[in-house]
Amino acid sequence: MEFNEPAGENVFDHSKVVGRPTPRVDGPLKVSGRAPYAYERHDVAEGQLVGYPVVSTIAQGRITNMETEAALNAPGVVAIVTTLETGEMPIPSDMNVAPLFGGAEVAHYHQAIGVVVADTLEQARAAAALIKVDYDVTKGSYDLEAAWQEKREDRSDPVSRVGDFEAAFEAAEVTLDQEYRTPSQSHAMMEPHASIAAWKDGKLTVWTSNQMIEWTRQALATTLEMDPEDVRIDSPFIGGGFGSKLFLRADSVLAALGARKAGRPVKVMLPRPMVMNNTTHRASTIQRIRIGAQQDGKITAIAHEAISHTFPGGDGENAISQTQKFYAGENRLIVKHLAEMHLPEANAMRAPGEAAGLMALEIAMDEMAEKLGMDPAEFRAINDTQVDPEDPDKPFSERHFVECLNRGSEAFGWGDRNATPGQRRDGNWLIGHGMAGAYRGSPAQDSGARVRLQPDGRLIVETDMTDIGTGSYTIIAQTAAETMGLPLDMVEVRLGDSDFPVSAGSGGQWGAASSTAGTYAACLALRSEIAKKIGVNDTDSLTFKNAGVRTGEKQMTLASIASEGEIVAEYTMEFSDSRDEEIVSTFAAHFVEVGVHVATGEIRLRRMLAACDAGRILNPITARSQVIGGMVMGVGAAMMEDLAIDEGRGFFVTHDLANYEVPVHMDIPDQEVIFLDTLDPQSSPLKAKGVGELGLCGVAAAVANAVYNATGVRVRDYPVTLDKYLDQLPAV
Amino acid sequence: MRPFSYERAGDAAQAAARAAEVEGAKFIAGGTNLLDLMKLEIETPVHLIDVNGLGLDEISATDDGGLRIGALVSNTDLAAHETVRRDYGVLSRALVAGASGQLRNKATTAGNLLQRTRCPYFYDTAQPCNKREPGSGCGALSEGAFSRQLGVIGTSDSCIATHPSDMAVAMRALDVTVETITPVGMTRQIPLADFHKLPGDTPEQENALMPGEIITAVTLPAPVGGTHAYHKVRDRSSYAFALVSVALIRQPDGTGRVALGGVAPKPWRSDEADAELPNGARAVMARLLDGARPTEENAFKITLAERTLAAMLAEE
Repeated sequence: MEFNEPAGENVFDHSKVVGRPTPRVDGPLKVSGRAPYAYERHDVAEGQLVGYPVVSTIAQGRITNMETEAALNAPGVVAIVTTLETGEMPIPSDMNVAPLFGGAEVAHYHQAIGVVVADTLEQARAAAALIKVDYDVTKGSYDLEAAWQEKREDRSDPVSRVGDFEAAFEAAEVTLDQEYRTPSQSHAMMEPHASIAAWKDGKLTVWTSNQMIEWTRQALATTLEMDPEDVRIDSPFIGGGFGSKLFLRADSVLAALGARKAGRPVKVMLPRPMVMNNTTHRASTIQRIRIGAQQDGKITAIAHEAISHTFPGGDGENAISQTQKFYAGENRLIVKHLAEMHLPEANAMRAPGEAAGLMALEIAMDEMAEKLGMDPAEFRAINDTQVDPEDPDKPFSERHFVECLNRGSEAFGWGDRNATPGQRRDGNWLIGHGMAGAYRGSPAQDSGARVRLQPDGRLIVETDMTDIGTGSYTIIAQTAAETMGLPLDMVEVRLGDSDFPVSAGSGGQWGAASSTAGTYAACLALRSEIAKKIGVNDTDSLTFKNAGVRTGEKQMTLASIASEGEIVAEYTMEFSDSRDEEIVSTFAAHFVEVGVHVATGEIRLRRMLAACDAGRILNPITARSQVIGGMVMGVGAAMMEDLAIDEGRGFFVTHDLANYEVPVHMDIPDQEVIFLDTLDPQSSPLKAKGVGELGLCGVAAAVANAVYNATGVRVRDYPVTLDKYLDQLPAV
Repeated sequence: MRPFSYERAGDAAQAAARAAEVEGAKFIAGGTNLLDLMKLEIETPVHLIDVNGLGLDEISATDDGGLRIGALVSNTDLAAHETVRRDYGVLSRALVAGASGQLRNKATTAGNLLQRTRCPYFYDTAQPCNKREPGSGCGALSEGAFSRQLGVIGTSDSCIATHPSDMAVAMRALDVTVETITPVGMTRQIPLADFHKLPGDTPEQENALMPGEIITAVTLPAPVGGTHAYHKVRDRSSYAFALVSVALIRQPDGTGRVALGGVAPKPWRSDEADAELPNGARAVMARLLDGARPTEENAFKITLAERTLAAMLAEE
């Protein structure tokens, strides 16, 4: 089934299930500890051994020797696989650049170079520590500032140029020219990467924690040089991913290699320091933004030039992306630089591009509004655009950003703030208010599902879609229930198994819109099967309602139709290029109130509000969870998260959750989320868009702007920690 | 974690004797720090002597009006003790500013004093660290290193690690004494001021305990009165080590005591700095942090300490 024209009126426009606040259907499993997470799947394969990764302790160079004898003789050790014995292995996919395993070359700190397989975790870990590795160390490059100084004036290969930015900027009545810095960040999801691998008759099954089942099946087959048909991936529950589990990671490769050598199933989990230094992260950036405007607030010139670090051959952090589309302005310049560094691989983290880009752009917008003497929300509204500012012939499908600003302002009481910084005080606390806009694209990916109507009338939905804590189980169940006229508790959703039809997976905030579309397509196919079964030619003449189907005067239960055996239908929703004829995006406005301790500079958030324009909200409970979770992540980005780089030795020093701080409960105040619930027929049959990444976008800048409003000190270097403004606070 | 043998001790003197007898033995109580360090092979005891059965979990009044806190009293129980809350408020507040509820339930009074630094270079066994591996160098002082969290005073060219305890900072302000028993059955009274050592050239030697010597109690002198406050500054609201913490006991006449955490290898206090308290935060810190040698990344701690104390002094 192809989605090749805007959705017309359909079942979701008269919904009884979709759009209703529905507690997550997998909640009871999770709160009772029965949801099977990868590392705890003791029942899936008999005789599991434990593998412990051996990782490089240098950032760059070559392994000259690995001494494994002591480890092999250690208690409980069954097998050891080293990177020297396997030799170089293929890069898993074209979306990765760093090798996961194999060969003598060390490309980054904590690169996997071996796995020790033993009866217990303690034995494997102790034996791994006995392996002695000799290296020839090469000096790598880790200095982003130096790379920026080299490339700062190079505009020879812009991402885009519209009009004459330089002339317009020169002529503008009010201008801003500032640099902003964002650090490297770790996804810091609760569940680390973990896999259990078992071989049988040359076929490999991996129970793991992964967002993109088909990508990972293909990548594992590529890495191990196998036929993808001989690889099965199963990942029904995922303890958070945020992009860290988009791709095959070393845990799966080490488990597979260890299991092959040991001749028994092996499970491997990456300890937290390896999550930081072995897997991927969001790259650090330096961003220069120039904005020129007329006194009336209309932007006439905007330039965003950014550099980020990247593993050689990678794409870094695309921090300029939102600036191409978000605000109007006739003259535009977008430049992206990459600095190749020998750090672990930089790759996608929740809202890749926009999250880091908006951290900069939305401070710049705040600064510009102040220069203009204008309310920052009004300044943004003035520069709203309903068409692509780089290509005015291309409209946005639905864009209600100004409504987000207005609704958010009103609900937050934005008008009551004091626009002059440093004026409000509550005891020892300087009180500040800040806001920011948010923009995040809402792509879609082809998504398939299989639906199986059971003889007892229940419906089983099978798709390799994943639920990374987002609520996929619930919205897919809602979609199927709606389309088939079933109560929610008669639908069972099964996810994450590569034996199921290939779905969109979870990434790029495309999962919800895409996977519900695939479920819808499969359910429509099932409706046709049912029509055939009862001898009706025109499926549209059937009404599916109350677990039954009605045609004319005739009414029967779905159970009775399937009484002789299950009825199965499978279909994939394909999104045609016509979807891209308009820009399908999501928008939000964030409002934040902070207190900053007048003496110590400690920041305490007081309240936060987000107003979101993200298509039909399929489930207000799980959508709200996504947005408030994103807001928490934005607070982390604003106030504390920093994968600090040791530029001498080339690694992330803050590589555990004691040193890489994320917000705790006490950091998070009252959070309010408003959904406009605008429908977007261009996006999907359900007129839905993504919301999971939107919740993060812009939040950090809103916090930074609030800190400025509280203190009068502008910090352009994240995280906004007290050491960066302490000496500019009022005397005590 | 390396294999180790394990025994339960029934009496403190016997535990000390056993610890001296078995090379590579260590005591374990709450284990909130030691077990983590063992998993990383930063600590590699071959034998553990479990002291949880020693019965040292009472808080009792002393003859001179103070309190004797058994070595095994949990941080939670100590913080909640009525007399501690009433007469030693700085201690109760420092305790609840530390770690998390779960950790405070397990962590003991003696273990808290003996916890080891959270310097990230100490924790990463692939990095040089003179404290973990004497003579290997200091990762935190090498070029390009990350040192924001580390010490500014009392440090050396060998080590700039801080002592992470909050409890010990308050105890330093209260002038507590550490009671021990040695392997030969002698008891010792060590003022907390002398308990932790500065790194010098031997950062691996962190305290005054002799091999096998075990802490049996910490004694609080009679209450000193005054207003007690503990302000711990950190990047998030809870469950983080201090950037800077200030313990303050202030008498109605403006005199008092100040101890700092997060800045040095031990709780940081001096009589000379205390004497400046009537003259304000700047005067106190000029003395207390005189001779500080911060890195570029942690120099802010000096300003922060002064501003934090100033805010506390202004608070009444």
